[in-house]
Amino acid sequence: MSAAGALPADGLPRRVPGEAPALYARNVSKVFGTSRVLDGVDFAVMPAEVHGLLGANGSGKSTLIKTIAGLHAPEPGAELILYGQGVPFPLPAGGARANGISFVHQHLALIPSLTVLENMMLNDLATAQNWRINWARARNRVAEVFDRFDIAIDPQARVADLPQADRALIAITRAFDEIETHAPEGRGILILDEPTPFLPKAGVDQLFSLIRAVKANGVSVILVAHDIDEIREITDRATILRDGKLAGTVYSAETDHAGFMELIMGQKVSLFQAGKDLAPDRPVAARVRGLVSKAAEDVTLEIRQGEILGLTGLIGSGFDRVPEAIYGADPATAGQLVLGDEILDLPGMTPGKAMARGVAFLPADRLGRAGAGSLSIADNMSLPVLGKFRTMFGIDWAAIERHCLELGGIYDIRPNRPGLRLGALSGGNAQKVLMAKWLQTRPRLLMLDEPTQGVDVGARQRLFQALDAAAREGSAILIASTDPEQLAQLCHRVLVFSKGRIVSELTGARITKEAISHETLAIHPGVAVDHIKEAAE
Amino acid sequence: MSRPATGKPLNWARLGESYALLVAMVVLFCIFGLALPKTFPTWGNVSTMLGSQAVLVFLTLALIVPLTSGDFDMSVAAVLTMAAMLIAILNARLGVSLFLAIPVALVVGLLVGVVNAFFILYFRIPSLIVTLGTGTFVNGIVLWISNSATIGGIDFALVMWVVGTRLFGIPLAFYYAIGMALLIWYVFGYTAAGRRLLFVGRGREVARLSGIPVDRVRAAALLTSSFIAALAGVLYAGTIGAADPNSGNSFLLPAFAAAFLGATAITPGRFNPMGSVVAVYFIVIGITGLTMLGIQSYVQNLFYGGALVTAVALSQLVRKREPQDFN
Repeated sequence: MSAAGALPADGLPRRVPGEAPALYARNVSKVFGTSRVLDGVDFAVMPAEVHGLLGANGSGKSTLIKTIAGLHAPEPGAELILYGQGVPFPLPAGGARANGISFVHQHLALIPSLTVLENMMLNDLATAQNWRINWARARNRVAEVFDRFDIAIDPQARVADLPQADRALIAITRAFDEIETHAPEGRGILILDEPTPFLPKAGVDQLFSLIRAVKANGVSVILVAHDIDEIREITDRATILRDGKLAGTVYSAETDHAGFMELIMGQKVSLFQAGKDLAPDRPVAARVRGLVSKAAEDVTLEIRQGEILGLTGLIGSGFDRVPEAIYGADPATAGQLVLGDEILDLPGMTPGKAMARGVAFLPADRLGRAGAGSLSIADNMSLPVLGKFRTMFGIDWAAIERHCLELGGIYDIRPNRPGLRLGALSGGNAQKVLMAKWLQTRPRLLMLDEPTQGVDVGARQRLFQALDAAAREGSAILIASTDPEQLAQLCHRVLVFSKGRIVSELTGARITKEAISHETLAIHPGVAVDHIKEAAE
Repeated sequence: MSRPATGKPLNWARLGESYALLVAMVVLFCIFGLALPKTFPTWGNVSTMLGSQAVLVFLTLALIVPLTSGDFDMSVAAVLTMAAMLIAILNARLGVSLFLAIPVALVVGLLVGVVNAFFILYFRIPSLIVTLGTGTFVNGIVLWISNSATIGGIDFALVMWVVGTRLFGIPLAFYYAIGMALLIWYVFGYTAAGRRLLFVGRGREVARLSGIPVDRVRAAALLTSSFIAALAGVLYAGTIGAADPNSGNSFLLPAFAAAFLGATAITPGRFNPMGSVVAVYFIVIGITGLTMLGIQSYVQNLFYGGALVTAVALSQLVRKREPQDFN
């Protein structure tokens, strides 16, 4: 298997001749039941290297990470070599930490109700016996670590009150601190599991400068991620897994976006592109008038039948309040919604009322708000259509199972087993289930918040096709997203928000990734002035 | 479109997990049968066990309704005692007919549910705290109105309806309990209301955003549990023909033990009525057997507590110690 930019087998980038990799996992395989999720993978990370780990959902990257962490035992024949020293594989409990390997999981493992300082001390409190905590010393140490990395966060602040980006910085700093206490100077491996999906662009930049600073201390960083552009920006090399096998290891700077896509997908991916033209005489499906809700101020917009309308802006610009308010998930303080010839007051909106009028909403938080992870695919999918399966003997479960199997086929859900827990599916497949949950009701207006967060490239195209098909059948679709690429692929029209107001409208050929990014980041002086005036009043 | 193969191979681990408790119950029965061949495996003993513990089945069924929607109801045992005591006072002391006394007891039970729901949903207080409080409060009322004394002399008709009449040799109470379990089984599995209850328990926000009126569902679950607990009180009064202000409270731990034990059987991971019935009779067989072996009564508590923790631990081993999501 050869791909553009792939390295020869032993072409490790050594800073000095004979340098051993910081981490070398050889011939790692893992079998779950009957499926081989990892198959003879070799994975080498050099000291002070930032190494990306990519792959579609289900390609085995989290299994590889968990195996290295000692959470899964590899199949016999695997070896783990750290700085040239063979170590037991799997590592015993606590072995990863003792060897200077530290993990930051996507959910960061911070306790929101405790202070930054208490969270920073969690590692020590968890393992060491300490009958007299010296708070002053702990404060000084945390302040020192923060200073080193130029992080301006108050150690006494409650984590719950901090923005997501700050929380990521705290978790990473804490992991670095843990490495420093366990590994000899200039050694250590920091593993970051998808730290960026919930971050705005500015947060990603802050995170990347922290990663560079960590690297400057001699620590290797393994970054698991989906975003190819981010991987190309921050990593030195990247390893790509596909179907549990090694698809290739490449120098990130020498591999272009298409090259990465090819390695991830195994073939050239044709990106989905919706037709940009919508007949102008389509009737209006919904109108929002004077919506005021938290960050959103006086938003007025309309969406036509069969139209895919994108809402975007920086985090906090208020674009994501619109679907929440229309659906009554987080009711607005003022505004009206016009559906056909019915006028509804937005402050009094409830999800029940919205549903009864054919309005559906798919929140970004997949297992927290959109679906119940501990219940089965069939349970989740059938919730809005239970009425259709009512017989005189109650709910007909056999019919629901057939129905869900059929939907699973249409939306390409893998594995297509309606009895499986929703939480056991990958992000992309869970999203397909939740999308099917609403699309089967043929909603008049379907609203989605960040529909492809944490969804791999392939599944993304599949979701886009499903949305496009629904629009062609007459549904109006409203997408709130911070991902300009996805909006450019999908939307007929994009509205850009800034400081709570719509500042720009892109239509037709003007909808490009670059144009959307530009409008999002551009300064809209009128708005800022309005804002200052209002604040003064 | 090609339909994927639906022929599922039998999943033995799953099957074993579902029926382990049932098998354990049968094994336990056989052990006591071998130890006490003359007295234990007799029809008289079996029918007594089935009939006398119908109250516990009712109380367990009362608990699993709010547990499914994610709320604890610690007040069920107090409601049971209250209902039994009201019947005793109204019927035996004041000479009110059973046809009035029973509905009054049930309405008072429902009232406790209303109070629970109000404090839990309006003030957003955790259900554990509210129901612990209301349960203790109701218990205080019971001690007050009964002067802390047992009141006997309830119309014998009630005893006849509950344990005095037998069908196929088993007291009617057993059939009431099975009927209630079947009703809840049907509601949980085959009605939209049951589905809504489950979603409210597993993901409040998911349920709300799917258009389910979450507060109404939780209130309904709390009212249902108080109502079924009051029914259990009626059965209890009928089982012993009297009401005493304390003994009803001793049902609380066994009912919780049976509810959680039952959640490991039949439909593992979910509170389910059939599992609850199996769990109640598993516990009852154990305690009756030990008592008949002449072991002292403190063994009951050892058994209730021990059975709960051991059985849940065993089922966790089968599940390879994945955390179970009861709520």
